Amino acid sequence: MPSLKDLKNRIESVKSTRKITKAMQMVAAAKLRRAQEAAEASRPYAERFNAVMAGLSAAAAGSENAPLLLRGTGSDQTHLLVVMTAERGLCGGFNSSIVRLARTRIQELLAAGKTVKILTVGKKGREQLKREYEEYMVGHVDLSEVKRVGYANAQEIARDLISRFENGEFDVASIFYSVFETVISQVPTEKQIIPARFEAEEGEGEAIVYEYEPDEEEILAELLPRGVATQLLSALLENGASEQGARMSAMDNATRNAGEMIDKLTIEFNRSRQAVITNELIEIISGAEAL
Amino acid sequence: MADTMQFDLVSPERRLASVQATEVQLPGSAGDMTAMPGHAPTITTLRPGIVTIVSPEGTDEYAITGGFAEITATSASVLAEYALHVSEVTQEVIDRFVREAQEALDAAREKGDHDLVDSAAKFLADMVAMGGRIGLEPKLP
Repeated sequence: MPSLKDLKNRIESVKSTRKITKAMQMVAAAKLRRAQEAAEASRPYAERFNAVMAGLSAAAAGSENAPLLLRGTGSDQTHLLVVMTAERGLCGGFNSSIVRLARTRIQELLAAGKTVKILTVGKKGREQLKREYEEYMVGHVDLSEVKRVGYANAQEIARDLISRFENGEFDVASIFYSVFETVISQVPTEKQIIPARFEAEEGEGEAIVYEYEPDEEEILAELLPRGVATQLLSALLENGASEQGARMSAMDNATRNAGEMIDKLTIEFNRSRQAVITNELIEIISGAEAL
Repeated sequence: MADTMQFDLVSPERRLASVQATEVQLPGSAGDMTAMPGHAPTITTLRPGIVTIVSPEGTDEYAITGGFAEITATSASVLAEYALHVSEVTQEVIDRFVREAQEALDAAREKGDHDLVDSAAKFLADMVAMGGRIGLEPKLP
């Protein structure tokens, strides 16, 4: 039976924990709004870009001269997995669920006899994957110093990926990130980015025959690296929003749990205080009776 | 023929403009071009320069550092890599652009790849020209 003082200390400590989680929740909520706005703002560009690329790549896909980034190397022996996670923890299952998806994929690929390479973006994913797959890791992108993820960051990663691709380091690259659906639901997703795949929106766009200036292949060669950057950027932004959403709901839970714990401890505290009082009374009364 | 068309200017990070325009002047990589309603569907890459939007309300200008444009009979969209309203382009910004272009050129020279040197030199010249167009003289090292 803990003493009254112990209980009091515990209640105090849980109370300060609750204050911290509450503050983190509010910070996450504010950041979430900003992250969502950023993700929203990048959507028109990505949508139009994909629509144009879909048309272009459909036209070029059959041709022999299609750029390597679109056509691929013709083999799928070496896979590069770009695992994008957060730089910080305390965001519920956010990091783990991305890592879990990546891990399943890695095991599948290894079982199929493929070569696997891993590039991590964000510290948390790296830490988790390092335990099992250190020998497959080829690089890490650190974004912990970056306050606002922007196109420049995406471009940097894209440049790195493309130069690795051109050096023949891998045949297929896919990214692992979390799609933001709602605050309580983030879906870990895998997406192939090299060779590039663009989903055309059904119906519109197909009918128009564009003139290209300069010619199609030159445009395609110029736009494909940009396409990689664009896809990386939207993944980074989605991930940013997901992270904050996950952190917000995790911290909300933590705050609620702390509240429940405080209630329980307070009841226990009151009970034992009552017990102490009763005890003292009994002692006094029995002392008086003995006289 | 409609006398205005939908014009959108978007960069990866935000949408800068979405207006009805009567004509849009674009710095196409193969030469300047003007898109007006009823233009043949075209996709073109852009070099660094100024996009001028003429609308019934007046004229507006944006500086872009490259990208591409999609033009149809009823709309035009510019997907810029990095775009700024002309009023936001200061001496500092131009200096930074020019410096970055210069660095790219130096890096290309070091590699000794002639195509790269050519395109980097062109990029630098376009940047300087864009500064001149706004009335800012970039400091050349």
